[in-house]
Amino acid sequence: MMRRTIPMLILASAGLLLIVAKFSPFTVSWQETVLGWFNILAAVAFVLGAGNLLAVNLEQISSRRPGWAYAAITLFAFAVTLVVGMFKVGAVPNGMHPDIHLAGAHDVPQAPFGWIYDYMLVPLTSTMFAMLAFYVASAAFRAFRAKNIEAILLLGTAFIILLSQTAAGMFLTGWIPEDSVFSFLRLDVMKRGITEHIQTAGMRAITIGIALGVAATSLRLIFGIDKSYLSKT
Amino acid sequence: MTTKNTEQNPGGMRGFFVRLGGLDRRWIFLAMGLSIAVPILLKLRFPEVPGPMARATFEAIESLPNGSRVLLSFDFDPASKAELQPMANALVHHCASKGHKIVFMALWPLGKQMADQAIKEILLEYHGDKYEYGTDYVQLGFKAGNEGVIKVLTTNIAEAYPTDASGAAVSGLPLVADARDLGSFGLVSTISAGYPGAKEWVQYGRESMKPEARLTSGSTGVQASQLFPYYPAQLNGLLVAVKGAAEYETLVTEKYPVDRNSERLEQGRIRMGPQLVAHLLMIALIVLGNIAMIASRGSQGGAR
Repeated sequence: MMRRTIPMLILASAGLLLIVAKFSPFTVSWQETVLGWFNILAAVAFVLGAGNLLAVNLEQISSRRPGWAYAAITLFAFAVTLVVGMFKVGAVPNGMHPDIHLAGAHDVPQAPFGWIYDYMLVPLTSTMFAMLAFYVASAAFRAFRAKNIEAILLLGTAFIILLSQTAAGMFLTGWIPEDSVFSFLRLDVMKRGITEHIQTAGMRAITIGIALGVAATSLRLIFGIDKSYLSKT
Repeated sequence: MTTKNTEQNPGGMRGFFVRLGGLDRRWIFLAMGLSIAVPILLKLRFPEVPGPMARATFEAIESLPNGSRVLLSFDFDPASKAELQPMANALVHHCASKGHKIVFMALWPLGKQMADQAIKEILLEYHGDKYEYGTDYVQLGFKAGNEGVIKVLTTNIAEAYPTDASGAAVSGLPLVADARDLGSFGLVSTISAGYPGAKEWVQYGRESMKPEARLTSGSTGVQASQLFPYYPAQLNGLLVAVKGAAEYETLVTEKYPVDRNSERLEQGRIRMGPQLVAHLLMIALIVLGNIAMIASRGSQGGAR
């Protein structure tokens, strides 16, 4: 009973307070306190995430499931980065407090933590993202087919955006005067038309729908109608 | 029998396109690799004509009185660095050229490092003689809490950031000591790769800023469609992807040129070369893929 009632009361009071604070300056400081709790919880979520990472990967290693070596590498990298970062191993001494090790800078390239960031994390994450270009190109060749009217419209839009996002757009149609009756044939004008009218109209509709959904869900949570976030045990 | 074989294995140009449909994807990977590598090695550059969004971003910063206090939020990480760091660099150079007092912060854990790079390579490189830490710029660093951090900033900056990134109390830093909330800034600009980012700044931060204050954003291409509805009413300027960075760089460096290491402020334009060739390759691949589909339909008697 208490395990469900107390979280519901905390949620309801915090939610109502955030709404009331919008209209009552008197409650603004309370709102700051509640948001402070939220930010602390968000920071604690990092610890929970680390715990979950440990649990999942240790289980994979202990059961020797396929790919367990990758789990071991993940844990090793996690442990090294955590220790090096948390204890500021090899930190560059602080000029004002050279005797205090923890006052030193650990995220500079001269320190191991900065080295891990510069020479491992940055290249690895950049590479992962860059590989998308290769897969998108392959997918475009195999799957982007003009099989029906909708696909043809999508293809036409893709060509306009792809060309207008580069100098090719200006090279091909930039010679058409912007104030002429044919200016709608300019690729940059077509792109503006697509993004500012067609795309924006669709996106506004989606955004308004999401906002109404969020408001409705929030009210259901605040008034205790939706209890799906609570543990069933 | 001969007719059937000819239809299944057509010769000539049609046969070529039918076989092209089964092209090994490694050839496509090679073509994409070359289309990126060759323009980089040849340093292909193309002129950029700034569009209305880049001009609006430029004007939003340009029209601020010199020496205004501005807040730059680095809401991205190394995965989006190639797309966003060029516009971040140009933004910092533009603000510093106008003498604005800059407060750096990050809603993404690695955003602080992105801001550090811009401080080191742009702010201190080109404006180091007139920018002193604490009075002219401050690095607040990363704070966990996503939109919760923005919400706290709307009422009490010291509550969200009692110290700067190095642990020094903000009360001892003149630039932020008297900044109570977001209303203390003439400009808030977010370089954003997703959540939390530009959308959250509009939804939670915009209304607590002064009416005359500006909110601008630089965003990745994939995120831009979520931001178009907010431009130009809530977002006074919007830079989209490398193209937006290249256009903005052009405007900034035309008005505020630098006398050394100018390539640091040309990264957007440098990246437009590979982007042009890669986009043309994509279009060619889509066209070839469709020709192959039509050719293979023809070879099967138009049955499909």
